[in-house]
Amino acid sequence: MSIAAKANALWEYANPRKFLATSERVLPFFWITSMFCIALGLVWGFFFTPDDYKQGSTVKIIYLHVPAALMAINCWLMMLVTSLIWLVRRHHVSALAARAAAPIGIVMTLIALVTGAIWGQPMWGTWWAWDPRLTSFLILFLFYLGYVALWEAIEDPDTAADLTSVLCLVGSVFAILSRYAVNFWNQGLHQGASVLRAGAVTGTDTEEKVSNIFFYPLLVCIIGFVLLFVALVLYRTGTEIRARRIKALLARERVGG
Amino acid sequence: MIALLLRDLKLAFRAGGGFGLGLAFFLIVTVMVPFAVGPQSSLLATIAAGVLWLGALLACLLSLDRLLALDWEDGSLDLLATAPLPLEAVVTVKALAHWLTTGLPLVLVAPILGVLLNLPAPGFFWLVISLLVGTPALSVIGTFGAALTVGLKRGGLLLSLLVLPLYVPTLIFGAEVARRGALGMETQTPLLMLAGITAATIALLPFASAAVLRINLR
Repeated sequence: MSIAAKANALWEYANPRKFLATSERVLPFFWITSMFCIALGLVWGFFFTPDDYKQGSTVKIIYLHVPAALMAINCWLMMLVTSLIWLVRRHHVSALAARAAAPIGIVMTLIALVTGAIWGQPMWGTWWAWDPRLTSFLILFLFYLGYVALWEAIEDPDTAADLTSVLCLVGSVFAILSRYAVNFWNQGLHQGASVLRAGAVTGTDTEEKVSNIFFYPLLVCIIGFVLLFVALVLYRTGTEIRARRIKALLARERVGG
Repeated sequence: MIALLLRDLKLAFRAGGGFGLGLAFFLIVTVMVPFAVGPQSSLLATIAAGVLWLGALLACLLSLDRLLALDWEDGSLDLLATAPLPLEAVVTVKALAHWLTTGLPLVLVAPILGVLLNLPAPGFFWLVISLLVGTPALSVIGTFGAALTVGLKRGGLLLSLLVLPLYVPTLIFGAEVARRGALGMETQTPLLMLAGITAATIALLPFASAAVLRINLR
């Protein structure tokens, strides 16, 4: 199959019926593997890795904190992509997927913030500090809230999809801008990127990096969270499609009756 | 365009236009701050720049829901959309009118309120400069928010929720200029960043505002 034909095949999933059929077929796989990965990663991480010599067992919260934070950002990225697809190609499934993803993003952001606070209390001696990373996450949380609130506020679904898509695009620019503004505004307590770094792979990196003992279970957890996110998005998008159909059926009934 | 600008200005200045409400709000916020944090002049001096910026930002926010909603209600927005003037120009003029009636007066009274909050002497110049550079961005971003929520009943609270996160970078750099200026530190970097944000929002956001307004008018 040529690349163009493959690309066309991808767009077939924009058909709600095809989307529902396929997502129903693959969902069990995603549920089971994500649950397996998260369970494996957490058990491995909690019971079979040594305590850190400085941080003790509190270090183990990274198995929830890092994947949740990662997904919080990636969820927004996904919403950005699906919003763009909606604006350009007007596929309803795309807009509904963005709508379905937003509450998941809120929960992921909250998990990251709360686990960070629980970790920060014994380590930094404070539940909250106005550190750039923490602050950016709080701002991201506000962006999510505004996005969901706009979806809920508008009755006409197509108008809502259009407006939230534009908000997502503009919001993305401002979210990135805020990230750098916050960096400028305050130097932080939070450690830098220490899980994956370009230098760490080639061995040129001499800075501290998360040790392999912690890294492998963390990787399993991250994979589990990614799969869980995909499963949740597919599931919730299916729900949104069905809710839309029910609305359409009710409207038709009212007109017919 | 000039006719539209003059019309908006006239509407704002005449009775019921809400001109001055923003100023009064700015004044009262500034007066309330010492009640809340205590009257020590050294404490007030350290927070003056930030409080004035926040007050100006909130005063801007307060007047946003009138920006397009009134024209929406009486139908003149539909006429403006069908006029030969592109909608991008309409929203730009709207933002300009908002700035002239809200942002600019705020800039002018800010030094007076600075006296109340015991702002250090070198801070006055930088406060005015930072507000002068930063408030246009507030108006333009606010116009985008107003365009998003124009069709909604009771959109005011939602408007704040949508617009405030977008105000974060402007507030950070603007308040940073004023704060550094008050402490006598160099202000060039945040001032340039602030000017960059203002220039970029003026150049780009009207397109987003117009697009959103078209969707709402559909």
